[in-house]
Amino acid sequence: MATAKHSSAAATAPATPGADTAKYQQLEAFLTGLKVDGADLAGRRAVLIPALHRAQEIFSYLPTEVQKFIAAHLNLHVSEVNGVVSFYHYFKTKMSGKHTIEFCLGTACYVRGAAKLIEKAESMLKAKLGETTTDGLFTLGSLRCVGACSLAPVVQIDGKTYGRVTAEQIPAILAEYQK
Amino acid sequence: MPFVNITIDDIRLQVPKDATILEAAQKATIKIPTLCHLELHNRQTVNQVASCRICVVEVDGRRNLAPACSTKVANNMVIRTHSPRVLKSRRVLLQLLLSNHPKDCLNCYASGACELQDLANQFHTDKNRFEGESSNFAIETSSAAITRDLNKCIRCRRCETACNDMQTVGVLSGIGRGFNMVVGPAFHAPLQDTQCVFCGQCVKVCPTGALMGKSHIDPVWDAINNPDKIVLVQTAPAVRAALGEEFGMEPGHTVTKQMVTALRRLGFDYVFDTNFAADLTIMEEATEFLHRLQHGGRLPMLTSCCPAWVKFFEHQFQDLLDVPSTCKSPQEMFGAIAKTYWAQKLGIDPAKIVVVSVMPCLSKKYEAARKELSSSGLQDVDYVLSTREIARMLREAGIDFLSLPAGEFDNPLGFSTGGADIFAVSGGVCEAALRMAAEVITGQPLETVDFEEVRGQRGLRHAGVEIAGKMVNVAIASGLGNARRLLEEIRSGKSSYHLIEIMACPGGCVGGGGQPFVDSKHEFEVIRKRSEAIYAEDAGKEIRSSQKNPYIQQLYKEFLGEPYGEKAHQLLHTGYTGREKL
Repeated sequence: MATAKHSSAAATAPATPGADTAKYQQLEAFLTGLKVDGADLAGRRAVLIPALHRAQEIFSYLPTEVQKFIAAHLNLHVSEVNGVVSFYHYFKTKMSGKHTIEFCLGTACYVRGAAKLIEKAESMLKAKLGETTTDGLFTLGSLRCVGACSLAPVVQIDGKTYGRVTAEQIPAILAEYQK
Repeated sequence: MPFVNITIDDIRLQVPKDATILEAAQKATIKIPTLCHLELHNRQTVNQVASCRICVVEVDGRRNLAPACSTKVANNMVIRTHSPRVLKSRRVLLQLLLSNHPKDCLNCYASGACELQDLANQFHTDKNRFEGESSNFAIETSSAAITRDLNKCIRCRRCETACNDMQTVGVLSGIGRGFNMVVGPAFHAPLQDTQCVFCGQCVKVCPTGALMGKSHIDPVWDAINNPDKIVLVQTAPAVRAALGEEFGMEPGHTVTKQMVTALRRLGFDYVFDTNFAADLTIMEEATEFLHRLQHGGRLPMLTSCCPAWVKFFEHQFQDLLDVPSTCKSPQEMFGAIAKTYWAQKLGIDPAKIVVVSVMPCLSKKYEAARKELSSSGLQDVDYVLSTREIARMLREAGIDFLSLPAGEFDNPLGFSTGGADIFAVSGGVCEAALRMAAEVITGQPLETVDFEEVRGQRGLRHAGVEIAGKMVNVAIASGLGNARRLLEEIRSGKSSYHLIEIMACPGGCVGGGGQPFVDSKHEFEVIRKRSEAIYAEDAGKEIRSSQKNPYIQQLYKEFLGEPYGEKAHQLLHTGYTGREKL
C-alpha cells in the first residue's frame, strides 16, 4: 500500500555549520527580541532591513543560509528577502577578506594612474576588483573621491589612507598586512 | 459613497471619491492603455506598481503627467487622456521599453497575444529610436513546465503579484537593481530548484513572451509520424470548454465532438478521454474517503488531482503529507491503465505506446515527469500539450476547426459520466465524490445528483451535505492563497471538515495556466462561462455518476478487482515527499 512519506520538518532552521552556531544564536536572539506579530505582514516587512543590518554585523556578510534563516523567522518569502539584499549596495553577499583594499577611482586619482595600481594589485594577489583572495586576506574594491585629490592616486586599506602611490610601492604596502 | 465631479476629455461625470483616473475613464468608456497594471478575479489580486507609465494622462494644474492607474481623482479635476503631450510621452516610453526588447516578433510564440506588441501597433512606434545596452540572458529551461526568456521581460512584475499575492507561493521577486534587475527566484536559482508549483498563473499574466509553457509539440509530431509507435491522446475535461476560443468562438461552449475529429485528423491512433480516468479517480477517491470516514482514518481528506497543489503542500506543509488522498491524478491513472490493462487487452507491447495528454495546465508537464509516476515500469504519461499547444498544432496542420464534423471517442478508455466532466470546475471533484459516496452510504439512488451547495465562483467555499442523517462538512478552495488558509486551519487543529477539494488555479482547471489567453479584465467572466458550459455538458450526459460507468465496472471486473484494493494501490495510488522550501 502506498503511504505518505514523512520527512523531518526542517523548514524553519537551516543547518547551522558548527563554527557559526554562536552567530546564529546571536541572530536568533535578536529576531526573537523583535517580538513581531506573526499575523502582521507589514510589521514583519518593516523589521526586515534592521534584521539584515544586525545579521551583517554578526556575520560580516549575508550568505544564502542567513537570508533563508531570516526569511523563515520573519515568515517572509526568501525571494523577498533576497530582493531587498540584492537591491542595497550596503548588503554584502560575499565574505570580505581580513583586509579591504580600496582604490580611489575619482577623476584625479584616475588620471594619475589608479588603473596601473589596480593592475599591479590584481596580478600580485590573483583576484579581481570586487573579489577576495583565496587565502581570505584581502578584498579588492574601489571607492569614489575621498577628498584627498592632492595626494592622488589614493589607496585605502581598512580605512588607512596611502597617498601618491606608485605601482612599485604596492608590494611593500601589501607586505605590511601579509605579516 | 461620496462622489466627486470630474471632466475627462470634455466629458463631465460623477465618480466615487476614491476612484483612480483609470477607473473613472472606464466609466466614461475611455480606454487608457495600460501595461504593468493588472486586476484579476474581481480585483482580489491587483498589481499597481505604476512602473511602465504607459497610462500617463495630463491633469490641469499639475506640472508632470499622472499615471492613471494609481492617481486618485479629486473634485473638479480636469483630465486629458490623449493630448499631444500625452501621446508623445507614451510613444517615447514605449520606444524606451522597446530599446531593451528583442523586437523579434516573427519568431516569438507570444506574437498576436502580446500586450507590448499591441501597444507598439497602437502607437505606431515606427523606428528604433533609442540604441542602448541590451540584456543578454540565456533562456532558462531548467523545469519541465515553464521556460523563461528574460530578454523579453519588461519588469512589470505582474508575475510576481500572481505568484506571491494570489498563490502565496513566493518564488518571484525583483532581484538586483537598476538595469540589471530581473524578476526571478531568490539567488537567481533555476526554477526547477525552487518551490515553484508550475501552476502557470505567471505565464497567463505575462504581457510579453518572457514566460512560456515548455513546448512538447515537436516530440508529439515525431511520435505521431513514427510508424513503430502507437500514439494515444487523452483530453482533460476543461480543454473542451475552452478550445473553441482559440478559433474565435465566444467563451462558454464545449467543443467535445469537433475536438475528437480534430485529434483524429492530426494523426493520433486512438482518441481517448481523461474523463474516463476521472471516473476511475472517483471510484478510488470516494472509496478511500469512505474508508477513512468509517475506520477512523485521517480527516479531513484532501483531493490530489492537481499537481500544482500537490507540489505546494510538499514544499509548504511537510507536516501534513498524510492528509491528501493517495490517489494519482486522472492524467496519471489514464497512463497507468493504458500501458497495462489496455495494452494487455489488445496484445500490444506497452513500450510501443506513447501517451499524450491535452491539458489546461502547465503543471501536468511537471507531473508527467515525476519519476515515481511509472507503475507499469514506463512513465505513465509521455507528453503533455496545453490547450494552447493543441490549438497551435491544429493551425499548423491547417485543420479548419469550426467546420469539423462531430466525432466520438474510442472505447473503452473514452467513455465517461457527468461526474467526470465536472472535474474541470472548482467544486466538481468534490461533487462527483459525493455522488458516489452518498449512494454507497445510503444504498439508495440519489433523487438528484446536483449538489448545488458546493458550486459557485468564490475562491473559498464550504457546505454541509446531509447523507443518511449525518452531516458531511466539505470545503472547496481554488487558488493557492485560499488553499493555504484551509491548510493552516488543519495544522492548528481547528478544521472541522471531512472532505476538502483544492485546485491551484482560480476557478479550477477551466482557469488553468495552459488555457487560451484571456484579457485579465474579463477572466473572471470567461471562467464563469466555461464553468457553465461544463455543467451543461454534465447535465446532458445519460449517466452522471462515476460508479455507473459501465466500462469502469468492466475494468474492475476484468483487471483491477476491488476499488482501493491491492492492484488499484499498485497502479493508481502514490505517495508524497517533503521538499525544501527555498
